[in-house]
Amino acid sequence: MTTVSHRRPRGGGALAGLAPTALLLIGAIYCLFPVLWVLIAATKSPAELFSTSTLAFGTGFFDNVADLFAYRDGVFWLWAGNTLIYAGGGALLSTAVSAVSGYALAKYRFPGRNLIFNLLIGGILVPAVVLAIPQYLLFSKIGLADSYWAVLLPQILHPYSIYLARIYAAAAIPDSLLEAGRIDGAGEWRLMSRVAMPLMVPGMVTIFLFQFVAIWNNFLLPFIMLGDDGKFPLTVGLFTLLQSGANQPSLYNLILTGAFLSLVPLIALFLTMQRYWRTDLSSGAVK
Amino acid sequence: MKRSAPYLFLTPAIVLFTLFLAVPIGYTVYLAMLRTKVSGLGLGKGSRREVFVGFDNFAAALADAELWNGWLRVLGYGTLVLVVMLGLALLFALLLDSARVRLAQISRIAIFLPYAVPGVAATLLWGFLYLPSLSPIREILDIDFLGATTVTYSMANVAVWGGVGFNMLVLYTTLRAIPRDLYEAARLDGASEFQIALRVKIPILTPAIILTTVFSIIATIQVFTEPTTLRPLTNTISSTWSPLMKVYRDAFVTGDLYSAAATSIVIAAISLVLSFGFLRVVRNRAFGEG
Repeated sequence: MTTVSHRRPRGGGALAGLAPTALLLIGAIYCLFPVLWVLIAATKSPAELFSTSTLAFGTGFFDNVADLFAYRDGVFWLWAGNTLIYAGGGALLSTAVSAVSGYALAKYRFPGRNLIFNLLIGGILVPAVVLAIPQYLLFSKIGLADSYWAVLLPQILHPYSIYLARIYAAAAIPDSLLEAGRIDGAGEWRLMSRVAMPLMVPGMVTIFLFQFVAIWNNFLLPFIMLGDDGKFPLTVGLFTLLQSGANQPSLYNLILTGAFLSLVPLIALFLTMQRYWRTDLSSGAVK
Repeated sequence: MKRSAPYLFLTPAIVLFTLFLAVPIGYTVYLAMLRTKVSGLGLGKGSRREVFVGFDNFAAALADAELWNGWLRVLGYGTLVLVVMLGLALLFALLLDSARVRLAQISRIAIFLPYAVPGVAATLLWGFLYLPSLSPIREILDIDFLGATTVTYSMANVAVWGGVGFNMLVLYTTLRAIPRDLYEAARLDGASEFQIALRVKIPILTPAIILTTVFSIIATIQVFTEPTTLRPLTNTISSTWSPLMKVYRDAFVTGDLYSAAATSIVIAAISLVLSFGFLRVVRNRAFGEG
């Protein structure tokens, strides 16, 4: 018996695929266009920005980057470093907490399991706004508002990551392996750290990526928590740059170059880690 | 050991939950029921104190015309964003999954790319694209994107651009998990690609569509980044354009924490009601229960 090819279902041939392909390409162009435009705009010198065609590359990219380096003693690079600390450190901690919690919820039967799971997951329904203001006030009381901790700590617990980790642990860790370990006399801590966690690594990469992007993109929390612009992440820094430069076309080059540079790391991470960007971890393996 | 192990493993999450979720929620509710009472001339120590006012702040928030205008603006904006963003996400997911499309991989990556762009940067890019002096769009179309009425559409465009890729990915991942034999069976029965999409794929996708809709409702009600970032570029967005912007202003500009706390609880309550209301309506429709 011959198998029917998926590529060419019945009739139509190449032409039939034209309309769907065209629609998808229009979507792709719509999504790429602003990113390409800011790449072009970032290459223009201040004079070229307003004189040359909006879609022609300029000659001022390196001058713009140098200007951005020089802007207020290099505060832009401080923002970039801060973002890396918040997103990298926060996502690392978040992944660890989520993986261990997900493992416990997936592989143990214990009183209160459903209650704890529902409470943790219910957090997803709580709008950030209800939390950000009291978090700020509480951090103020212990003198930690306007500190790195104020941005890092509230973003560690992430309900959706715990949910993903539980699904992944259930699918990726065979019960028989844990039982075998127990028969061999391994303690629960050892089973978790030596057996379960290594099996969960592919799922943890996915959780890390989603959490990294979520923290990188967060604006409200650092905007509320931080007053000292030396602690700003890129999002809040770019906002203040825009705020001070919106009425000064001479600053547009800096703003556009800053916006472009702030996109590069995430887009690079995104393109190199393609196979880990998944929202469904239930198959237990990342293909 | 085996009995206590899961609790031990869950301790970090439970501690974080308590400190950064339960306590702040409790504190907001507490604040929302207080008000500063000024006695005498309001000078000197002890003349200002916090008094318990029960639900007065909630009543004030519900009667606040400025806030209602914010709700109406967000309702218009949010409906637009939800319908267009999720509609496009569904369309793209179905197109990607259909056998006939070419360049699918490149298109998928391109459409998901804006997910990697922070809301502030996305608003900034589009904001400059809306400005007449720099924009290739304005060279072709003579529309004032930042006018009093157009600004809502312009802002919705930013949210759609940023959100369509993630929602497409959720739906597409769900579609890929469906056994291909199902489509073969439908094809052998004479169903066209379009019929398969409509009669087989969309029903299977329904739970994922519901999930993305609920998450999108919650996110849209809290719109803050886009209007706040766009404000420096236009004077058509007030400092209380969205309810969350009003909360921010009350808490950090005018210093009225109690109103801010009450309003933020109202926002949370409305998003819960809308989410559950949506789930209920959908369940009744889908399963024909009363």
